[in-house]
Amino acid sequence: MSAPTLEVKDLKTHFFSKEGTVKAVDGISFEVGAGEVLGLVGESGSGKSITGFSILGLVDAPGRIAGGEILFQGRDMVPLPESERRKLRGSKIAMIFQDPMMTLNPVLRIDTQMTEAVLAHRDVSRGRALEISRDALVKVGIASPDERLNAYPHQFSGGMRQRVAIAIAFLNEPELIIADEPTTALDVTIQGQILHEAQSLCRETGTAMIWITHDLAVVAGLADHICVMYAGRIVEQGPLDAVLDQPAHPYTMGLIGSVPSRNRRGGKLFQIPGMTPSLLNLPVGCAFRSRCPRADAACAEEPPVHATADGRLIRCLHPHEGETVEQAQAAVQARKQEATI
Amino acid sequence: MLVYLLRRLGQSLFVVAAMAVLVFIGVYAIGNPIDIMISPDADQAEMEAAIARLGLDKPLWEQFFVFVGNALQGDLGRSFVYSADALGLILSKLPATMELALLALVFAVFIGVPLGMIAGLRPDSLAGKTIMTGSIMGFSLPNFWQGMMLILLFAVIFKVLPSGGRGDTVDVFGIPFSFLTLDGLSHMLLPAINLALFKTSLVIRLARAGTREAALQDYVKFARAKGISPRRIVLVHIAKNIMIPVVTILGLELGSMIAFAVVTETVFAWPGMGKLLIDSIQLLDRPVVVAYLMLTVLMFILINFIVDMLYCVLDPRVRLSEAKA
Amino acid sequence: MTDAARPTGVLTETEVLRPGRWRATPAARFAAEFVESPIAVVALTVTLLLALLAVFANWITPQNPYDLMQLDIMNGMQPPGGTTLDGETTFLLGTDEQGRDMLSAIVFGLRMSLGVGAMSTVIALSIGMSIGVLAAYFGGRVDSVIMRVVDLQLSFPAILVALILLAALGKGVDKVIIALIIVQWAYYARTVRGTALVERRKEYIEAASCLALSHSRIVFRHLLPNCLPPLIVVATVQVANAIALEATLSFLGVGVPITEPSLGLLIANGYDYMLSGKYWISFFPGVALLVTIVAINLVGDQLRDVLNPRLRR
Repeated sequence: MSAPTLEVKDLKTHFFSKEGTVKAVDGISFEVGAGEVLGLVGESGSGKSITGFSILGLVDAPGRIAGGEILFQGRDMVPLPESERRKLRGSKIAMIFQDPMMTLNPVLRIDTQMTEAVLAHRDVSRGRALEISRDALVKVGIASPDERLNAYPHQFSGGMRQRVAIAIAFLNEPELIIADEPTTALDVTIQGQILHEAQSLCRETGTAMIWITHDLAVVAGLADHICVMYAGRIVEQGPLDAVLDQPAHPYTMGLIGSVPSRNRRGGKLFQIPGMTPSLLNLPVGCAFRSRCPRADAACAEEPPVHATADGRLIRCLHPHEGETVEQAQAAVQARKQEATI
Repeated sequence: MLVYLLRRLGQSLFVVAAMAVLVFIGVYAIGNPIDIMISPDADQAEMEAAIARLGLDKPLWEQFFVFVGNALQGDLGRSFVYSADALGLILSKLPATMELALLALVFAVFIGVPLGMIAGLRPDSLAGKTIMTGSIMGFSLPNFWQGMMLILLFAVIFKVLPSGGRGDTVDVFGIPFSFLTLDGLSHMLLPAINLALFKTSLVIRLARAGTREAALQDYVKFARAKGISPRRIVLVHIAKNIMIPVVTILGLELGSMIAFAVVTETVFAWPGMGKLLIDSIQLLDRPVVVAYLMLTVLMFILINFIVDMLYCVLDPRVRLSEAKA
Repeated sequence: MTDAARPTGVLTETEVLRPGRWRATPAARFAAEFVESPIAVVALTVTLLLALLAVFANWITPQNPYDLMQLDIMNGMQPPGGTTLDGETTFLLGTDEQGRDMLSAIVFGLRMSLGVGAMSTVIALSIGMSIGVLAAYFGGRVDSVIMRVVDLQLSFPAILVALILLAALGKGVDKVIIALIIVQWAYYARTVRGTALVERRKEYIEAASCLALSHSRIVFRHLLPNCLPPLIVVATVQVANAIALEATLSFLGVGVPITEPSLGLLIANGYDYMLSGKYWISFFPGVALLVTIVAINLVGDQLRDVLNPRLRR
């Protein structure tokens, strides 16, 4: 098997502030192969966006990568000088941001913003860069690309802007695309279209993709593998179907169970009690301990990562074994009943 | 866009009219027009002639029309001291002031914007902090004191530049300009710097704040993610975004410079409109004061209007949103 | 939820979000952030010192330079460190052509500057604040009209407005204060209106009006206190501006009459002598003015950085 496009090993990105050190990403490891889609799922503050920025080397002060390796096509990017990283950004590794209104410069025209991405990496004429940009717009399904090129970002609808962002990402035929919640700000119907576009483009070109989101429903139809992040660590990762049908980590179980559509009408909505801990004050040991219905004294020790039989990696001492979500929820309800009696 | 401009034009004209009314009330209704508009040395015959010309023997509302009529013809009273038409007097001094103000504006932009951007991009560096402290000095030090210090430094201690007055001038279309001669330039340099210092500080602070905010925006991060060189990010992405507020302020500041010229011209004995105003106030030459007031107000309204037009051109969002409206 | 039903091990909100002890109250946090800049602390100290000097001027200066009985023209034009003819008193900063001790004159001038600056700012603040908040609260026509007037006034530079007003009103300390007030109120009105417009949309105002509180109560007890932070910043900087403006007007000869002390007048006085090397008559008052204005501006700058939510790092 050829080397994976991206291999992250024990990455740590910390923010050093007066109030203390925020360990936004604290030792995560995963890999993505060519043509594969990895879903990186987690709540706000779980460190998923920072992971994306770390890969690109765009973490702003007071944060920085504090340890680990990021192997892109076998080459470790962490010790690379900025000039080398800049060569990779936008050409071999591209990023799609969450809110295209803010990521496109409002006072520059679309063609300027697209051609500059081409010209920064390829030695072509302006005319050729313009052609490439036009073709890219067509590929993402934007009609009348010439008009659109002369326009300004605020003249576009949300979905169209995001298509432009996707087009920009694909301009220089990248090997890896990191998409940071690109559909969060869009309507559900547009969301579906964008997902479809992105997926088919990746299949076509063999580009690897990391799709960062907090919405499980989005990755459900899209990803091959999934990583679930909590408080800066990956608590569960594995093939999509395995993780979604029979989640092992209690957090994953809770996440899936919390999706409103899973609940029957009239039944109480399931929720994970408590709140994400502040990353400045992480509890010792397993970070999910304070909210986990299965936690016990042993969880005060940081649980090691271990592999399961069906090819998953989890960080838990008391994982679910083969239960479906409904079974697990019933168990939780039963335990609650016991406690009140 | 045309609609927008017409609307602004209408507003400007309304303001002009309002100013005219206010001045009229101030001079003719509340003040004593005889004291204000007629020289105290006038004898009986001159007084009667003046009263007739100004329509002071007529009812108030008729006086207003006389006033407006005279104003539109360019007659805003006669100077007591110079026995000349007040408006003409002021206009003759206008080129001197405009020269100074324009040179100061050029200094302010070409020094202020780059310095401000440096301070905004590297706020914690030595350069950044020095620039900011310097800029605080620039606008907190009173204008006249800065002028005096400049004179002290360059004219008294180092003796490289003249301490006042206007140098040789060259007539272009009958209007004397001093920047075309070396001597004239040397006389213009210190007052222009003095006038510019205040505004440069403001421009620096504005450019810095704008750059700082722009640098935090997502589009800068996105540009970096595209692999754009930092130089281009600064010169194209950030610069274009801060030019809009800078240009707006500059347009308004031109008018303010003309006002502040009052102080600079007094310190440097530069024979412009501002010095004329101060002298006139001291000498109680009220028609000149009134005429100056009206002329300056008019200039301001004109400048504001031009700035609005420029704004339309520079910011595509304004252009298009107004077009939709 | 009673304690019994809560699953064990769940952290309560206060436990999770407990702040550091000494940053507990907003006031303490504000003070802590303010003193982060040593420059600002120095500036604040200097300002307070100057204010003290000004208040106690009568008692601490060696001479009252505006009491003509105390002046002796024979002491005129002494350089710094010069003495009276009998060698009894030393003029630390020299004297002017009338024998006024510069040090005393500067302190009195400071008192005038600070007094005029502070008084005009406070009154302008009250007027501008009230008008601005009313404009924001009532909105609609009222707001439009008021803001037109404000914008109009603000589009003219302060010095121009001041010159015109003083040309009309004549000389005198009270007239200078009036002119300064008229020049400044519009800044406050606009600042307050901007903040008030944002605050007005917030839910606590809606809640207050649901409680059928009277308009004035809502405006003055609920809306206004929340609009104060930017106002404080503007007011601080405006005091410095007012002081500079008064000095400029006096320098030009249209400000306070020459019988009153003013740093601007002192500087104007000494201007002619400066070119012949007798710098101290203009220089020292100038330095005093400078220090005052810069100190206040630095304090205002730090206030602005501390109170600005957008620059939160």
